[in-house]
Amino acid sequence: MSAGVAAPILEVRGVGKVYGSVIALSGVSTSVGAGEVLCVLGDNGAGKSTLLKILAGVHPHSSGELLLDGRPEHFTGPRQALDAGIATVYQDLAIVALMPVWRNFFLGAELSAGFGPFSRLRVAEMRAITLEELGRMGIDLRDVDQPIGTLSGGERQSVAIARAIYFGARVVILDEPTSALGVKQAGVVLRYVAQARDHGLGVVFVTHNPHHAYPVGDRFLVLNRGASLGEFDKDGIKIDELTRLMAGGAELDSLARELERG
Amino acid sequence: MTALTTPSEAPGAASAPADERLARTHPLVRLLRRPEMGALVAALAIFVYFSVATSAFLSPAGAATWLYSASLFGIMAVAVAMLMIGGEFDLSAGAMTGTTGLLVGAFTTQWGMNLWLAMLLALLIALSVGAFNGFLVVRTGIPSFIVTLGTFFILQGLNLAGTKLVTGQVAIQGMTLVPGFDAGKVIFGSTIPVAGVNLKVSVFWWLGITAVASWILLRTRYGNWIFAIGGQLQSAVQTGVPVKRTRIGLFMGTAAAGWLVGMLSLFDVATVQATTGIGQEFIYIICAVVGGCLLTGGYGSAIGAALGALIYGMILQGIVFAQWDNNWLKAFLGGMLLLAVLVNLSVRRQAGVRA
Repeated sequence: MSAGVAAPILEVRGVGKVYGSVIALSGVSTSVGAGEVLCVLGDNGAGKSTLLKILAGVHPHSSGELLLDGRPEHFTGPRQALDAGIATVYQDLAIVALMPVWRNFFLGAELSAGFGPFSRLRVAEMRAITLEELGRMGIDLRDVDQPIGTLSGGERQSVAIARAIYFGARVVILDEPTSALGVKQAGVVLRYVAQARDHGLGVVFVTHNPHHAYPVGDRFLVLNRGASLGEFDKDGIKIDELTRLMAGGAELDSLARELERG
Repeated sequence: MTALTTPSEAPGAASAPADERLARTHPLVRLLRRPEMGALVAALAIFVYFSVATSAFLSPAGAATWLYSASLFGIMAVAVAMLMIGGEFDLSAGAMTGTTGLLVGAFTTQWGMNLWLAMLLALLIALSVGAFNGFLVVRTGIPSFIVTLGTFFILQGLNLAGTKLVTGQVAIQGMTLVPGFDAGKVIFGSTIPVAGVNLKVSVFWWLGITAVASWILLRTRYGNWIFAIGGQLQSAVQTGVPVKRTRIGLFMGTAAAGWLVGMLSLFDVATVQATTGIGQEFIYIICAVVGGCLLTGGYGSAIGAALGALIYGMILQGIVFAQWDNNWLKAFLGGMLLLAVLVNLSVRRQAGVRA
């Protein structure tokens, strides 16, 4: 299961983020390498989103360091992270519902021919690539011209993941990809996570659901109130321990007892 | 890892339900779903109606009149439609057609500036006002409706007060005496006979602008960005679209269109009223909406906006030819707008967009 000790592509050491007087994250260290799935777990407000934003280049970190291929890096915007091969699939998927699937697929990275103001989109090529890449993920769209808003939640998620993989991502960050999905759809998305890993990508899977994280994860970083509760290999932790840890352990136990009695 | 994802069922699982649940769309249905289709049907109906009901409508002189009217509104409506697809409004667009004409008039007739230099200067001023609108909207996040309402009143005030100050009247006259006016008239004010109809050159500008705008919207990266910015700004930002640059560019586009229309009317009649263009900003928006643009952005077409303007031009002149009370125009326009908004609403519903 574990992909061995690949050199990490993306690594953070003691990273932290302060918004005004709020310490959203402090002293978190972790890394992700090729063919590896790092799960970032935590309850609401644990600092998952903040860590994600630092990795994705949305907000620069305020302390600690971020290493890309072992070299210190300070992202100033999402475009810079994208160019470095770090693609993020946001919870809202960064799609535009009214636009056709293929236009969404290539948004911000459109293929064009000609130069300067006279360059034009290579429409046929983009349609074909979209169809092919989605087919590779097992989505058989009849018409890549339909607005992406007409697809189901799972399909949209898959388009977003396929897009991230196609654009040469080395690391894909998935923000709560399964939270809004039904059981079957979530299963489909988890399969894509495994596929991405098998293609040699590093995957950062941010979720609050240990049942989704455990089957695909190699390592688990558990956050609570902006700090790390530790990072565990799959061999080193069982799913119920993971769940306990996330929910604050003892608190969950007492809740369980209380509910049983009632 | 294998618990949830048995390889045998996964690929089929994603595609099978989609095939069952989505009815196959007929090519004709897909054609009807294009944003400009409603406007095309309405334009044909109005054309047939006035052609039958009045004798003047189809006459060469009549056709030239409503086409000229539609062309001036059309150029503005197309630029305004592009901006609306990008999710913004420009209420200063109407007054801009007056400002640019008045500037050229004042520069040349009052201060003896070279005509071409005056036109270039007016264009630069228009572009800076557009850039100012865009910059304020992008920088502060204040709705463009408010920002451009401000610029609209500023321009309206400057047009009137400035004209009075410089000429002592409320119009600029005597443009025909300016050196180079005849050359300018060839480009902006001439008439070109086509099949017995003496078409104003503005009609060709209108067709050209519509073609260029369609090309930009559908076949260039900028077009993709405009749709994305208007449809879901946050997504455009996240995918690395140069959002600020594109939005400011759109405001400069409506300002430039205002300049073009300013020049077209200036060279057509050789005088400019200080009130030119005022009150027309909403007509451009209505033309764009009738042509299939969503008021909320992210959807629409340049051809649709051009058709919206054609409808407006035909009704405007058709009512005159039919010798009805002119005020019916407003009632008709309001009805068209409501109808168009209702049709557009169903478009959003179909695409599963939350209102």
